Amino acid sequence: MKIFERFFSGMRGGVHPEGRKDLSAARGIRALPLPQQLFVPLQQHIGAPATPVVNVGERVLKGQLLATAQGNVSAPVHAPASGIIVALGDHVAPHPSGLPVPTFTLACDGLEEWVELQACDDPFALLAEDIAARVAAAGIVGLGGATFPSALKLNLSRGVQTLIINGGECEPYLTCDDRIMRERATAIVEGISLIAQAVAAKEVIVGIEDNKPEAIEAMRGAARASSMKVVAMPSMYPMGSEKQIIQVLTGQEIPAGGRPADIGVLVHNVATAFAVHQAIRFGRPLISRIVTVSGGAIKSPCNVEALVGTPVQELIDFAGGYSQPAARMVLGGPMMGQHISNTAIPVVKGSSGILALTSDEIGHDEASPCIRCSTCVRACPVGLLPLEMAAHIRASDLSGAVDLGLKDCIACGSCSYVCPAHIPLVHYFNYAKGDLAAQERSKLKQEATKKLADARSERIARVERERAEMMAKRKAAREAKERAAKEAAAKAAEEAV
Amino acid sequence: MNSIAHSPHAHAPSSIGKVMLTVMLALTPATLFGFWLYGWPAINLWAVAIIAAILGEAFVIRIQQRAVKPVLMDGSGILTAWLLALSLPPYAPWWIAVLGSLFAVIVGKQIFGGLGQNVFNPAMAARVMLLISFPLEMTTWGAPLPLTSPNGLNLLEGLRVTFLSQPIDGMASASLLGHVKTEFTRGIGLDQALTGFFTPMDALWGMRAGSLGETAALLLLLGGLVLIARRIITWHAPVAMLLGVAVPALIFSLIDGNHYAGPLVHLLSGGVMLGAFFIITDPVTSPNTAKGQFIFGLGCGLLTWVIRTWGGYPEGVAFAVLLMNAATPLIDQYVKPRIYGRDSKGAALPASKG
Repeated sequence: MKIFERFFSGMRGGVHPEGRKDLSAARGIRALPLPQQLFVPLQQHIGAPATPVVNVGERVLKGQLLATAQGNVSAPVHAPASGIIVALGDHVAPHPSGLPVPTFTLACDGLEEWVELQACDDPFALLAEDIAARVAAAGIVGLGGATFPSALKLNLSRGVQTLIINGGECEPYLTCDDRIMRERATAIVEGISLIAQAVAAKEVIVGIEDNKPEAIEAMRGAARASSMKVVAMPSMYPMGSEKQIIQVLTGQEIPAGGRPADIGVLVHNVATAFAVHQAIRFGRPLISRIVTVSGGAIKSPCNVEALVGTPVQELIDFAGGYSQPAARMVLGGPMMGQHISNTAIPVVKGSSGILALTSDEIGHDEASPCIRCSTCVRACPVGLLPLEMAAHIRASDLSGAVDLGLKDCIACGSCSYVCPAHIPLVHYFNYAKGDLAAQERSKLKQEATKKLADARSERIARVERERAEMMAKRKAAREAKERAAKEAAAKAAEEAV
Repeated sequence: MNSIAHSPHAHAPSSIGKVMLTVMLALTPATLFGFWLYGWPAINLWAVAIIAAILGEAFVIRIQQRAVKPVLMDGSGILTAWLLALSLPPYAPWWIAVLGSLFAVIVGKQIFGGLGQNVFNPAMAARVMLLISFPLEMTTWGAPLPLTSPNGLNLLEGLRVTFLSQPIDGMASASLLGHVKTEFTRGIGLDQALTGFFTPMDALWGMRAGSLGETAALLLLLGGLVLIARRIITWHAPVAMLLGVAVPALIFSLIDGNHYAGPLVHLLSGGVMLGAFFIITDPVTSPNTAKGQFIFGLGCGLLTWVIRTWGGYPEGVAFAVLLMNAATPLIDQYVKPRIYGRDSKGAALPASKG
């Protein structure tokens, strides 16, 4: 069987973290009650922040455009509820730094009055460009966590061979994609078909980890009439990573430094496909998402549909609050999610989970020396030598780490997870990547400065040269004049004689 | 909760202490067998080696003004001394064990910078040091005197052997490899030399003269399989070492069976089984890729066979391991995994618009 052959050329390495999905997997999606205030950041995507188009004090309707995309890589932001814009200013960011970022504060009026939506009764009559344009206008970004503007991906991937829909959800605890596939499979399948139409894909594969049998069943049922294949993939982290899911489902690898389109593949998340369906069929912009609230410190873990901008604390309260003090709050999954220290931060388009973890679940210990056991080498799905890279970074030898493949690291955390010495390997790699980016920026800056300095010295030299030429010209002119005067005087004297 | 923690926010339930403990547990059957086979002197020697390693390591850590407890608690020093003790002649005097253990943990490990920094396997470095410095004590083997046999030694007699170097009646014996080497110098071929000296069943169980814990081939194999099953080690290095010993032994014994011992003799004698599963799988001093470990193991096996066959010493595992330890950085330099999206040379794969 072809599928079997594919699995033999499957992912390398990988780890089996404790799934803990049972905490919330059985809990159906429930809508969160409307909060009093929503905090909608201008930047919830990769690229440039959106530019505000409404003013403070203005009343906005649910779904109304608040800020428009800025530049090529960007996405617009819409009002998640009707109400009054009471502020546009700094609010704590959904980021470990907790730094303030420009954010709309929307006081909800509870009327839930929608803006007029541009529904489409026959979406499959739309042209590829129209689908991409509507996806762009709806502010859809990759909901798997990468938050790359989806329309841009559609436009860059037209004519691909294979469309892969990522239902892997390999992160422990998270069940938001599992639930959306179980409960909204028909809409997702239509969304997938629309994406396939927008890029003219010849083949569509939906990959779902085999620890979600209900989701696989639901998706297979919904996809029965179509030609798309729903494939059960082995449950192994990081199966849901773009590079790995492509490798497992197609046997191909994205060339280093390249994009999936380079090998004729486009990958979208299942929740993104649902958002596309909502945008095209009903004209609804992306203003809400499914979030898993879970972790050992949460009283009753659950999956909620939360409006973008809802403070994290509201979700925790909805889940019954804490059953015991949380040792750490995490936004996203435990393997790649971000540590947050403030529950006033809003849910944004890329927030897949809110986890309140106990110290037992984190299981962190003081780092001890590396014994070169190479467990990390076996765990790395990319084929890197994490122990060697970390040794180079510790010695501040960034170029040595780059030679070992630092830039190919996908920061999945498998190496840190298995390290018996508890060395924070990914922390080293991300630190080094940040340092490299800073170095590159300063190099560009230096080059620019050098260019300016060169231009200045050239300009000075030119001015000098021009002045010297002018002086010489003037001197020549003066001498010529003097000579002429002398000659004239001599002539006059001659005539006078 | 104030400091920012980096992902991942979960961790496999593993630690270096647990790894070391698992290895010790895997060593326990073969060790207990050695205790039974050679009696109280073996127990004494083992205990002396481990106590010396703990005290020696604690002492140098104190000199370095580092915290002693975490270093001792990781168990690596104890494991090193344990492995060294298993490779010593069971009736050796106490100071052999003390010197060996101190050399292993201080010169072999701490001077390089402690756990994870040493180039050479500390236990094997110590064994080679002892063999070169004290050849008499290191090659005086005793016939097994099992604890339960009527002429087994009691605790007091055992203490006399270990601490007062008191010889025992009929104790002197020779290891198989030593015996073969000696007989060769007298012009006696293998067919005669092995008669009454090598019976495969006894060799499998370890009923023979030899090092404290190297003889019980089956129990060592069992321990190794446990380590592979617990994913502490992989099969690559052990299998490669066994192949490295067995394949040339097979070829040469087929060519001249009277001069070259067969694979079974080589596999079941000396330190090959202990070496394959517990020595060359030491992560610190072996390569970090599966392919590298295979090459490393193959080298260890081949060199062991070469030294045994043509070298001046009857046994070659320790020398072979040290030589391959020295080659480890070289292997790591040239044997690297292929990176995703790149070919084996590191260049990006070509784009192909599917």
